[in-house]
Amino acid sequence: MQQMQQPLERFHYDNKLPKAFLMVTILWGVVGMLLGLLIAFQMAFPWLNFDFALTTFGRVRPVHTNAVIFAFVGNGIFMTIYYALPRLMKASMFNEKLGWVHFWGWQLIIVAAAVTLLTGHTTGKEYAELEWPIDIAITLVWVVFGINMFMTIIKRRERHMYVAAWFWIATWVTIAMLHIVNSFEIPVSMLKSYSWYAGVQDALVQWWYGHNAVAFFLTTPYIGMMYYFVPKAANRPVYSYRWSIIHFWALIFLYIWAGPHHLLYTALPDWAQSLGTVFSVMLIFPSWAGMLNGLMTLRGAWDKVREEPILKFFVVALTCYGMSTFEGPMLSLKNVNAITHFTDWTVAHVHIGALGWNGFLTFGAIYFLIPRLYGTPLFSKKLAANHFWIGTLGIILYAIPMYFAGFTQALMWKEFTPEGTLQYQFLQTVTNIRPMYILRGIGGTLYFTGVLLMVYNVWKTVAAGKFIPTEYGEAPALSKVFVPAKSYSFWHAWIERRPVQMLVVSLVVVGIGGIIELVPTFLIKSNVPTIASVKPYTPLELEGRDIYIREGCYTCHSQMVRPFRDEVARYGEYSKAGEFVYDHPFQWGSKRTGPDLHRIGGKYPDSWHYNHMWKPTTMSPGSLMPNYPWLLDDDLDVSHTAAKIRAMQTLGVPYGNGYDQIAVADLKKQATTIAENLKKDKIKTSPDKEIIALIAYLQRVGTDIKAEKKNTVTKN
Amino acid sequence: MKFINYLESITGISIFPLISLIIFTVFFAIVIAYVVTADKKKMDSNSQIPLEQ
Repeated sequence: MQQMQQPLERFHYDNKLPKAFLMVTILWGVVGMLLGLLIAFQMAFPWLNFDFALTTFGRVRPVHTNAVIFAFVGNGIFMTIYYALPRLMKASMFNEKLGWVHFWGWQLIIVAAAVTLLTGHTTGKEYAELEWPIDIAITLVWVVFGINMFMTIIKRRERHMYVAAWFWIATWVTIAMLHIVNSFEIPVSMLKSYSWYAGVQDALVQWWYGHNAVAFFLTTPYIGMMYYFVPKAANRPVYSYRWSIIHFWALIFLYIWAGPHHLLYTALPDWAQSLGTVFSVMLIFPSWAGMLNGLMTLRGAWDKVREEPILKFFVVALTCYGMSTFEGPMLSLKNVNAITHFTDWTVAHVHIGALGWNGFLTFGAIYFLIPRLYGTPLFSKKLAANHFWIGTLGIILYAIPMYFAGFTQALMWKEFTPEGTLQYQFLQTVTNIRPMYILRGIGGTLYFTGVLLMVYNVWKTVAAGKFIPTEYGEAPALSKVFVPAKSYSFWHAWIERRPVQMLVVSLVVVGIGGIIELVPTFLIKSNVPTIASVKPYTPLELEGRDIYIREGCYTCHSQMVRPFRDEVARYGEYSKAGEFVYDHPFQWGSKRTGPDLHRIGGKYPDSWHYNHMWKPTTMSPGSLMPNYPWLLDDDLDVSHTAAKIRAMQTLGVPYGNGYDQIAVADLKKQATTIAENLKKDKIKTSPDKEIIALIAYLQRVGTDIKAEKKNTVTKN
Repeated sequence: MKFINYLESITGISIFPLISLIIFTVFFAIVIAYVVTADKKKMDSNSQIPLEQ
C-alpha cells in the first residue's frame, strides 16, 4: 500500500504467548483424544465404565467433546491468532498482560469444566453443558480476548485487513452472540440451573447455537488459520482474493440458518425445518469456495507437497473439509436425514471434520510454528510424514466402520416382516454393530498414535533448539489521512480498512438468520400447539429428570419419536410439540445407541427399571449400557427441591402458589408408593434412594397424551 | 394495538423466510457479478500480506 511518508517504527512480536497456547493445544489434544478412545471402547466393552459414576460414558462423553472442541481447537485458535495476527497487522499484540489473563483464564475454565462435568454438574445441552458460573467465566475471558485482538487490529500498520482477520473478527462476535443467547438459564444452586427455554424452543435455540458452534468455532477461525498457514507454508499467495470475499460473506450469512437441520422430522415447525434444509444446501458453495481457494493456492507447488509433511496435512485437511461440507448438506436433505438421524453416520460425519479438518490443520500449524519458535529445523521430517500417514489411516478406519454401522442400524430399524411387524428388536441392531465399534476404536487409536509421534517430535525439536521469545518487525505507521490510491479502490476495500464496521456488519449479517428463525418460533403460539392434558412434572419426577440429565442419558437415548411407520410401530405415538412445554431443558437427544425413550412411561413395571439401572444386561442381554449401581445406594438430595419448584414457577411452569412449601412432602408420598410397588416384586429398597426418583420420571415420560387419547389438540 | 400482537399472529409466516432468501440470492448474485468483473490486479497486493514478513 502506498503510505504517505511516515517514519519507520520498530515493534516486537511476542512469541511467549503463542508458545504457551501451542503447548496446551498439544496437552489438551492428548487428553481429549484419550477420553475419546475411552468412550469409544466403552461402547464395545461396557466393563470399561468400571461401575463408577465419574468414569461412566454419560459423564465422560461431554468431557471429551468439550476437551477436543474448546480445549484442543480453542487453544489452537488462540495459538494461531496470537502468532499470526500481529504479523498480519504489523503491530505488537495489544497487551501482553491481558494475553496471560486470557491464557490462564481459559485453562482454568477447562479444568473447571472437566471437574464439574465428571461430577455430574451439567445443563444437559450438548456443547453447552457447562454450568452457569463457568458460562460467566467464559464470557469474561472471551471479552478479554476480544479486547486484545481488536485493539491489535486498531493499532495496525497495515491499513487493509487480510482475509484471515475478517474471519477472526466474525468468529469473535458470533461466538459471543451464540454463547450469551444459548446460556440464558435460571440458577437453582451454585452449580445447577435450568434452561430459560423449554421444549421445541429450547431445541431450536440449542441447535442454532450447536450448529453455529461448528460454524464459528470449528470452521471460521480455522479458515482464518488456513488462509494464513497455507500461503506461508507453500510460499505463494492465496489463489483468489476475490473468491475469499464471496467466501467470507456468504459463509457467515448462510451458516446461521442451518441449525434446524439437526431437528428434521422432529416436533419443530415445518417451515423452520425447510429453512434449515435449504440454507444447508446453499452452504456447499461458500464452503467449497474456501476449500478450493486453499487447494488451488498449491497450484504449481504440488512438488512441494511431496517433500513437505506440513503441506500434506493441509491438503488432507482441506479435502476433509470439502468432504464434510458436502456430506453435511446431503445429510440435511429430509429424505437422507430420515435414514441417518440418530445413527452412527452422524458420528462419522463429525469426525471427518474434526479429525481431518481441525486435527490435521492444527498439526500442520504446530509443525510450522515449532521450528520457527525454537530457531531449529523440525527434529524429524520423516516422523512427521509417518504421523501424516498413520493419522490419515486412522481417519479412514474411524469413518468407514461408522458409515457401515449407521447404515446397518437405520435399515435394521426400518425392516418389517412380510406380516407387517418389526423384523428386529432394538437390541439386535446394537449387537450387530458392535464389531464396528471395535474397528472405530482401532481407527481412533491409530490417529492417537500419530499424535504421540508429534509429541515426541516436538519435544526433541524443543530440546535441540533455543526458544526465541521475541521477534522484531519494522513498518511505517499509518498516515492519519488516507487517500486510496487509484490502484486499490474497489468497493470491498472500504470495509477492509474499517475493523469496527467489519465487526458491526458481521454481527448484523449473522444476526439475521437467528432472528428470522427464533422470533416466530417463540412468538407465534400455533408453532407449539397446546395439549390440555400435558401437566408439569411432580417434584419426584423433576428430581428424577435431573438425575437423567446428570448421568448424561441423552448421550445414548433420544426422546423424539419421529412420524415414521417403523418408529410408531416400535415406540408408540410420534412426539408432539406440545408435550415438551415444561421440559427445561429439552432432552430430545442426538443419538440412539440405546432405544428412544419418549414413550417409555408405563411400558415396563417399576421393578424392570430397578433391575435395568442396576445391571442392564439382566433385563436386556447383550446390552452395551453401563451399570448404574450408585443410583440404588445413594440417597436422593431433596435440599434443593423447593428451590427447583420456585425456579420452574419463574419460568412459567404452572405449579400452584406456595407449592414449593409442600413439594418435598408430595415427593416422599410418591416415593413411598413406588417403593411399595417394588416390594411387591421382591425388591427391598428405601424410598429415599435416587433410583426411586429416576423410576418416577421414566414412568411419566410420554404418558400425558395417553391420558387424553380421544381429545383433540387445542390450537391458539 | 401493541406491535408485539402483530408479531404473534402472523399468518403465512413462511413467506418471510422466502422473502429473505430472495433478498439474499439477489444480493449475492450482484456481489458475485461485481467480484468476477472487478480488476484482479487491484487485489493482488492484499494477497501478498502474509508473505511480506
